[in-house]
Amino acid sequence: MNVEFKNVNKHFGNVHANKNINLTIPSGSIQGILGENGAGKSTLMKVLSGFIHADSGSEILLDGKSVIMNSPADAIKHGIGMLHQDPLDFPPMKILDNFLLGMPSSFFPNRKEATQDFNLLATEYGFSLDPENYVDSLTVGERQQLEIMRLLFLGVRLFILDEPTTGISTAQKEKLFATLRKFPEQAMTVIFVSHKLEDVESLCDRVAVLRAGELVGELTPPYQTKKFVEMMFGKEVTLGERQSAPVGETVLSLNDVSLEDARLKIKNINVEIREGEVIGLAGMEGSGQNLFMRACAGLVRPVGGKIQLKGQDLSGKSYHVFKKNGVSFLPAARLEEALVPGLTLTDHFVLAEEPRGIFIDRVAGQTLAEERIKSFNIRGAPLSPVESLSGGNQQRAELALLQNPLSLILLEHPTRGLDIESVIYIWGKLKERCKQNASIIFMSSDLEEILQYSDRVLVFFSGKISQPMNANKTSVEELGELIGGKGWAEIGGEHA
Amino acid sequence: MTQETILIGLAGILAASAPIVFAVLGETLSERAGVINLSMNGTILLSAMGGFAVAYTTNNIVLGFLAGMLIGALVALIVAFASITLNQSQVAVGFVLALTCRDLSYFLGNPYMGVPGPRLQAIPIPVLSDIPILGALFFRQDAITYTSFMAIILTWVWIYRTRPGLMLQGIGEKPAAAYIRGANVNLMRYVYTVIGGALIGLAGPAFSLASRAGWMGTISGLDGFGWIALSITIFGGWNPARAAFGAYLFGFLQWLGLVLQPVLTQVPSQVLQVAPFPLMILTLLLVNIGNAEWVERTLAAMPESTRKFFAKLLRAMRASPPAALGVPFERD
Repeated sequence: MNVEFKNVNKHFGNVHANKNINLTIPSGSIQGILGENGAGKSTLMKVLSGFIHADSGSEILLDGKSVIMNSPADAIKHGIGMLHQDPLDFPPMKILDNFLLGMPSSFFPNRKEATQDFNLLATEYGFSLDPENYVDSLTVGERQQLEIMRLLFLGVRLFILDEPTTGISTAQKEKLFATLRKFPEQAMTVIFVSHKLEDVESLCDRVAVLRAGELVGELTPPYQTKKFVEMMFGKEVTLGERQSAPVGETVLSLNDVSLEDARLKIKNINVEIREGEVIGLAGMEGSGQNLFMRACAGLVRPVGGKIQLKGQDLSGKSYHVFKKNGVSFLPAARLEEALVPGLTLTDHFVLAEEPRGIFIDRVAGQTLAEERIKSFNIRGAPLSPVESLSGGNQQRAELALLQNPLSLILLEHPTRGLDIESVIYIWGKLKERCKQNASIIFMSSDLEEILQYSDRVLVFFSGKISQPMNANKTSVEELGELIGGKGWAEIGGEHA
Repeated sequence: MTQETILIGLAGILAASAPIVFAVLGETLSERAGVINLSMNGTILLSAMGGFAVAYTTNNIVLGFLAGMLIGALVALIVAFASITLNQSQVAVGFVLALTCRDLSYFLGNPYMGVPGPRLQAIPIPVLSDIPILGALFFRQDAITYTSFMAIILTWVWIYRTRPGLMLQGIGEKPAAAYIRGANVNLMRYVYTVIGGALIGLAGPAFSLASRAGWMGTISGLDGFGWIALSITIFGGWNPARAAFGAYLFGFLQWLGLVLQPVLTQVPSQVLQVAPFPLMILTLLLVNIGNAEWVERTLAAMPESTRKFFAKLLRAMRASPPAALGVPFERD
């Protein structure tokens, strides 16, 4: 399917989110759309997928014909389907029901026939999904596969993928890319929206770059990363040199710690983490990193062994005791677990302070908020509710909420879904904390990030945990194999 | 106690529970779409009074039932309008309606206090009623009890086996996802709330024209059933079959209280009358036990095969509310 944007404009109040976009996407190609958070990528895609109307005068042509789409369902009728960043599916329902829902069928859907169709399609694309299983037991990557199958079955010819590689493992990403590469052979078109350079570079035939609502230009292979970055930010951005931290005293030590939950058991963890050190946790989602991290935060009680913080035995103590001793935990679900939606930035800063009496000092709170907003470069006002901030700014706000001093900072996916500028900013702030002798443990599905920022790496694979590996002496390839379960004998890090 | 008295007792439970069955089915439909109709307790009273008054005045029992449904649908329409169109809190609106409708029923029902009115008679179904045990249980009931059986099956089939029913599940779970699949979310919420309301409205006349015939104002003893029905909806995990089972369980516990009263003379009768309510809460806790962390731990320690069996059982028992229950839907 050939897609053409002609003079597409979109205003939200005073904000001009899309400025006169003109772009042609040829049939059977994989088109990348690159831009930092807030560049207007999502708006453009929402226009194309029928979620919102563009301003009048804008035109969208499909195979040369001008179309008007009033709803996403309408767009699907035109053959346009979108994979949303948070999968729009129904977790407590069965996979088959998810597949059937919204499918044109008879009044009593024939479940047997649908199961056959489903399995046929799954085999064709090499997905292993059991239609009788529930969606809430799937990983994000598998939920994407389910959505792709559903859209294929609906006859979609143009796939829009919005940041699809966020929150999925490397192996699943490869699988997804392999699937997408098959589409152009069948004259299907793919629009791949991302802020991740490496993904766009490895997948796309052509890449359009958006900045501040405008189409800055288009690039074709061979790609030059430098050029992309320049176009995205209008200036050069560098990651900076890897910095190794000095080896200080032991902050956290785990002795023969065993952890378990309903799905997983990890036995005999022995790790020591030193002052100023950054530890990266690698592994596919649900391989035990979360359990490990939550045990270090005091949120999960170990079934055996000893957790010591600066020589003090904290095993079996509650989260509050850990917190009092200088441990801070920043969960991945920012609005669900970390911040309080509905409360403003000022409210958050006031709540995080030591209470002084029962009344809130509004003036002091306001000053405090202004100061933190400035020093953490948060795009928001003291009275902005946290949910109105972008992901990157929410993450900055979380960092601004951390107490000082801290001995240990635990971060789940600290830069997930953020553009490169925010990533660099956030790591700059975190490294500052290391210089003040805090240790950091973080998990990420981005192996490059793990190698770039950690001193040592722990790899998780279905409840197994490796010995700490020196980040200088390993590589993305080695880590990739380990998290996939290969090469464990060589490193000798096997327990249990 | 002979077998026959037990059978008659059980058949009586099925008939006496019919109103609660209608109420839980109606609430289930409404909540599946994402709208909590908290007015239920008042709706039941008002439709009981209204249904009785219409049947008494027109001397047509069918019109009485229809009037009940109309009242229920109208009250539900207010809930839907306030929450979907005016974006007001469903809880606040529903609660006020619950109180208003109750008092309205006492006030408007004054002229009909204690007057003898029409009452539905049992219609044994030929052939089927002669089946041993089952015949006595299911096929010697009145028309409204038969209707309640049908309603259970119909709502279950509708939700789990039809295309629109599947979409209904989606609307209550994640309206945005249902919307991209072509649903007109807010229209469907209106439709299901009103249909659910009509079913709840059937509960009133099912009391006042059948199992508890007549209108006695404040001493009708109908006040409170709506709240129980609300909790049974939760107990039923928004599944019509389970919700109906909950309704019958409640009916059974009440009957047990009556039967045991002459036997357990040392127990104060009030205890037996109140017992069904805490017992309902206890069952509710048991059903949702799979959500507790310690259960997960115990499960993890079990051998693989046993663990799988219990995990499956708990999964089947566990009830999670429609995720978008009470949450307004706004098109992005």
